[in-house]
Amino acid sequence: MPPITTPVTDAEPDQHPAPEQGQPQTRQQGHKPVETSLAAPSQQQLADYKVVAATHPWRWVGTVIVAAIAAGILYSLLTNPRWEWGVVAQWFTAESILRGLGQTLKLTLISGALGFALGFILALMRLSSSPLFSSVSWTFSWIFRSTPLLVQLLLWYNLGYLYETIRLGVPFTPITFAEFQTTSLISQFAAAVLGLTLNQAAYSAEIIRGGILSVDQGQIEAATALGIPRWRRSTRIVLPQAMRAILPTAFNEIIGLVKGTSIVYVLAYSELFYTVQVIYNRTQQVLPMLLVATIWYIVITSVLSIAQYYIERHYSRGALRTLPPTPLQKLRRFLATHAVTKTAATSPKGQL
Amino acid sequence: MSLATIEKTTRGAVAVRSVDKSYGAQQVLHEVNLDVAEGEVLVVIGPSGSGKSTLLRTINHLEKVDRGTISLDGELIGYKARNGKLHERREAEILAQRTEVGMVFQNFNLFGHLTALQNIIEAPIHARKIPKAKAVARAKELLARVGLADKADAYPRQLSGGQQQRVAIARALALDPKVVLFDEPTSALDPELVTEVLEVIRDLAKSGTTLIIVTHEIGFARDVADRIIFMDGGRVVEQGTPTQILGNPQHERTKSFLSKVIEPAFNI
Repeated sequence: MPPITTPVTDAEPDQHPAPEQGQPQTRQQGHKPVETSLAAPSQQQLADYKVVAATHPWRWVGTVIVAAIAAGILYSLLTNPRWEWGVVAQWFTAESILRGLGQTLKLTLISGALGFALGFILALMRLSSSPLFSSVSWTFSWIFRSTPLLVQLLLWYNLGYLYETIRLGVPFTPITFAEFQTTSLISQFAAAVLGLTLNQAAYSAEIIRGGILSVDQGQIEAATALGIPRWRRSTRIVLPQAMRAILPTAFNEIIGLVKGTSIVYVLAYSELFYTVQVIYNRTQQVLPMLLVATIWYIVITSVLSIAQYYIERHYSRGALRTLPPTPLQKLRRFLATHAVTKTAATSPKGQL
Repeated sequence: MSLATIEKTTRGAVAVRSVDKSYGAQQVLHEVNLDVAEGEVLVVIGPSGSGKSTLLRTINHLEKVDRGTISLDGELIGYKARNGKLHERREAEILAQRTEVGMVFQNFNLFGHLTALQNIIEAPIHARKIPKAKAVARAKELLARVGLADKADAYPRQLSGGQQQRVAIARALALDPKVVLFDEPTSALDPELVTEVLEVIRDLAKSGTTLIIVTHEIGFARDVADRIIFMDGGRVVEQGTPTQILGNPQHERTKSFLSKVIEPAFNI
């Protein structure tokens, strides 16, 4: 981009003389002669003025205040010995913590993926014209949204107490295809995944349904008129366009789920939070251990937030005329222009 | 550009018989009877709310009729007659029937997240199971025909309204439909963009594909139509050649409608 000042420096100094000087003025041909007075410059003259952007002095004041507060918080975090940063550092990459972290990621990934997949199906069912599908979907969401996740997890884990065996067969008849011992079927992990997935599905169904409703009806109509089959219509035409509305809330949910997995400590399942608890119960270093977990949650959330940025950008194809540059592209462009000015400045020296 | 790619077989005859349609208490179509011959260009005019769009949408089974039948080349749209009853067709059959009828919408309804080319090849590949390479070649041919050969990779939002509508026409033609329905194709366009779309439709009208066009462009209707029908209050009030309907309307309603639309408009 050329600097704004270029047109001004290019302009001839006598480009806007007073009309009475009698010089031919191509720009004003056909116009009434511009009235010039000493006080007010003519519109022609104004057109050649340099534009000065508005200044925001209060922004600077605000920046100073915010910087001071941030520095204060940081200083207290670093200097207060009760945070016990040494302990944090010691445990941060301890094997047991990393193992717990792995379990947390595994739970998030599996129940997030399964939950959203099931949620998509539930959303389609809810929106379908079949009263059977839509009422089954509604009831599912109703049940799983109205019971506490804690209760759901404990129920799944204690299913063996409620039902000793699970039988696959025709109800109310002796016909049986298969029979399982419930306790061998539902491990801690299975109970955790089941509970988190079904709960997640109920919530994501509503998020996806909201996204689908935000897509212009004309899109579905056009796809229908073209004879595109129903499933393809949903996955290829509607869902990608619904994604723009779904993604911000969906990432909220996923980030919530990362931390929400900590609730499975009630099953004594050794994910990150449970591991931390076990350690601080032994060492009594409660705060620094909680800090270890917190920092890991912050790391995961940060990675997810970056992923969110790029995924949202991907799905804005076609919705925006031109995609804005990514932070990385901005940085590269900045460095490139910087490097150019640097080499331009240094090269004469180098040659000499 | 020639339209030799569309084979000139005898196809595209539409018959509408005694069609009634209501939305709740409001009846939008009354006893509509209409025959459109193979290759005929039929223009439907009438005030808003006269049932023109609804009639078009029933031909594509986007709207179910309450009574009466619609057939394309003798085959009932959306139903099968069996034992004195009309049985609703299965989804797959209805989809197959829809591929025979192309539709161009007032608001284009291009898929916003797909490029022009992707918009055009979607239905041939997934509704007709045409191999991708063949569909792409055909789509490029169609884009060239509507004068947009260089816009294959543009997203709809990067195109002007007139260009979008031309892509939408190419998309409708990609299935080689027997009939193409136009639902006020130029109503959402700026006046200077109307001509480019009408040119494409005019070109198509010469190709021998049956066209049913709902429009407010009376000048265009006079120019392109084999026959014009005037609808009002859900009924076909009057029909005839452009000269008859536009030059010498018989019905009072037609006269008053035309006096309102012709005077302010200028002919193309």
